[in-house]
Amino acid sequence: MTTAFSDEGRLDGARRGDALARWIGHHPVAALVIAVVVIFALWLVLAPWPAGFETLFGKKRLFVNALFNGVTLGGLYFLVASGFTLIFGLMRYVNLAHGSLYLFGGYMGYEAGQWTGSWLFSYVVAFICCAIVGVAMQVLIFRRMEGQDLRQTLVTLGLSIVFSDLMVWVWGGNAIQIDTPDYLAGPVPTPIVVAVRSSGEAVFLQYPLVRLAILAAAIAIGVGMWLALNRTRIGMMIRAGVDDRDMLSVLGYRVQLLFVIVFAFGAGLAGMAGIVGGTFQSISLGEDSNFLLASLVVVIVGGMGSIPGAALGALIIGLSEQIGAVYFQNYATVLAFLIMVIVLAIRPQGLLGKR
Amino acid sequence: MALVQTTGPAPLAIPGEERGGLLSRWVSRHSPILILGVLLIILPAVANSFILDQIVGWALILGMIALSLMFLAGYGGMVSLAQMTVAGVAGYMMAVLGTSSLPAISLFWPWWVAAPLAIAIAVAFGTFAGALSARTEGIYTIMITLALAAAFFYLTLQNWPIFNGFNGFTTIPPPKFFGINWKDPIPLYYMILFFAALSYVAVLYVSRAPFGLALQGVRDNPRRMEAIGYNVTAHRIAAYAFAALIAAVGGILLVWQNNQISPFSVGIDVVINLLVIAIVGGISHPIGPFIGAIIYVILRTFALDALVAVGLDGRRFQTLIGLGFLIIVLFSPDGVIGLWRRFTARMRAAGGSNGR
Repeated sequence: MTTAFSDEGRLDGARRGDALARWIGHHPVAALVIAVVVIFALWLVLAPWPAGFETLFGKKRLFVNALFNGVTLGGLYFLVASGFTLIFGLMRYVNLAHGSLYLFGGYMGYEAGQWTGSWLFSYVVAFICCAIVGVAMQVLIFRRMEGQDLRQTLVTLGLSIVFSDLMVWVWGGNAIQIDTPDYLAGPVPTPIVVAVRSSGEAVFLQYPLVRLAILAAAIAIGVGMWLALNRTRIGMMIRAGVDDRDMLSVLGYRVQLLFVIVFAFGAGLAGMAGIVGGTFQSISLGEDSNFLLASLVVVIVGGMGSIPGAALGALIIGLSEQIGAVYFQNYATVLAFLIMVIVLAIRPQGLLGKR
Repeated sequence: MALVQTTGPAPLAIPGEERGGLLSRWVSRHSPILILGVLLIILPAVANSFILDQIVGWALILGMIALSLMFLAGYGGMVSLAQMTVAGVAGYMMAVLGTSSLPAISLFWPWWVAAPLAIAIAVAFGTFAGALSARTEGIYTIMITLALAAAFFYLTLQNWPIFNGFNGFTTIPPPKFFGINWKDPIPLYYMILFFAALSYVAVLYVSRAPFGLALQGVRDNPRRMEAIGYNVTAHRIAAYAFAALIAAVGGILLVWQNNQISPFSVGIDVVINLLVIAIVGGISHPIGPFIGAIIYVILRTFALDALVAVGLDGRRFQTLIGLGFLIIVLFSPDGVIGLWRRFTARMRAAGGSNGR
């Protein structure tokens, strides 16, 4: 029994190793290029830069800061876009009110934080509020126009117009900043050398703790979602629904209930992301369409309906925005769209999307 | 050609009032649109320049740009949000190549060089947008074109060397030729009316021409059209090019009428409002976008006062637009045209039962 078990495990491991080796065997050039790029990137981040480099790329501190900002912004984009892509993958309509849910979550979290003074509790409030709105939208409106994806998309567009105007009414046009709690405030030193003083002493990068914490939380949520999708029964139903909704329903599963759960979860994630956005930057009028567009681009680049795709897309777009802001100021936001256009031209279904 | 075919094989024995000459039958069938045309032509005799310019002229231009969206959505099944952006590209190029208050950027080429070139650039952009989105299916189009529209908005906002960033361009006058200053309200109105009518007739004609019929086939069943031997992607891209031509002409008229263009002329809300206009009017007939545009312009101009008059906050205009849009989408998928068709069908049924 035990031997068989361990044999199987070893076999599995061996097979996985084989797959990697086989891939390298099939694409030796690509593998070499990837290895060189990875090593170069690691060296770029970890080692102090030689003098010639600094004249070419500017201060290392700027570059590493942009890199960190890009990765953490990618974490935020992932929180927004993963719900968006799940809803799209399963229900086949584009939820253009997703940005409104993000903004609504941010405002509700701000209010909850003002009332209770607890930053963590405001996440719960934002999640629940947005999930309730999501359930209401799904049950009251979208269920009545099943299968008409264009009409459903237009309805989400109408809702987003109304929502954003109502939120301006309630909270006004001024930007709101959510305060970082004391235990996450301030920068922490990281083991990355950004410069060397003339005395030979290394200067290490200082980075805001709250951004690192949120990045860790985004990664944890991403891994949790991946596990839930791949290891649980409901995740299996969701994956089956993404592949063939009609067949799942024919087999007797309650697809409508699944829709409600997924919509509630996606909306709740967008709401939580609103608080993250409010802590990182600020929440204000117009942020809804900004984040809707960010999720659109992330999902188009990563592949529609794919959670790993959303993670990859979010990382690429977050990095391109922040690095673009440092090196090509006139074209920073356009860079993200340029990446989208290139991906669409080469791989219309997105980097990790399925046909 | 296609127009002749539809009227050609007329049955000989038609009962009742439909007997008569070909011309009178054609007139009676098209009476609503002909009456509307005559009204629009004689409008300058009765209306002041505010109504000509700010209401009807603006609605005709918006209607033209929405018409290009309607052509793609109604006949091609592709809801493109990039049409306002195509118009914006044409408008910006007109300001860059032609005359504006910014001698540092504008090239001050004569209008008959600048306008065709601006239209050509805008058509190239629209075709490019089509080529990007035509390879994907259905609902993806909305996402891709919205993202492209946003990209252009941010480009104009951030780029100073070509687009003059936040400020955009002002003082882009319509040209003077044939001894007429087309800046004056009445000539400008007639120019707008001419191009709006031309694009309306063009869309109507193309929808019945072989290309338009093939496009509708592609909309209904791309796989079958592919199997018959049509190049589905080429038809879609060609449709985008044709729609871009209409939108580009509308975009140039828009800068001439507004006398300015800025990033907020091509902002996300404008792009979305254009879709609202097309859907509210109805995307099953080319008259729909014009109906939607006149409703939008009237609301936009008078809703503030009306809302205040009923005791509501005048700033809730967007909510009104959004709710109206939601009601149309939820209850009349074919927009105002659908409501009108249902109404006339009911009237006819009622009249028929009374008369016999």
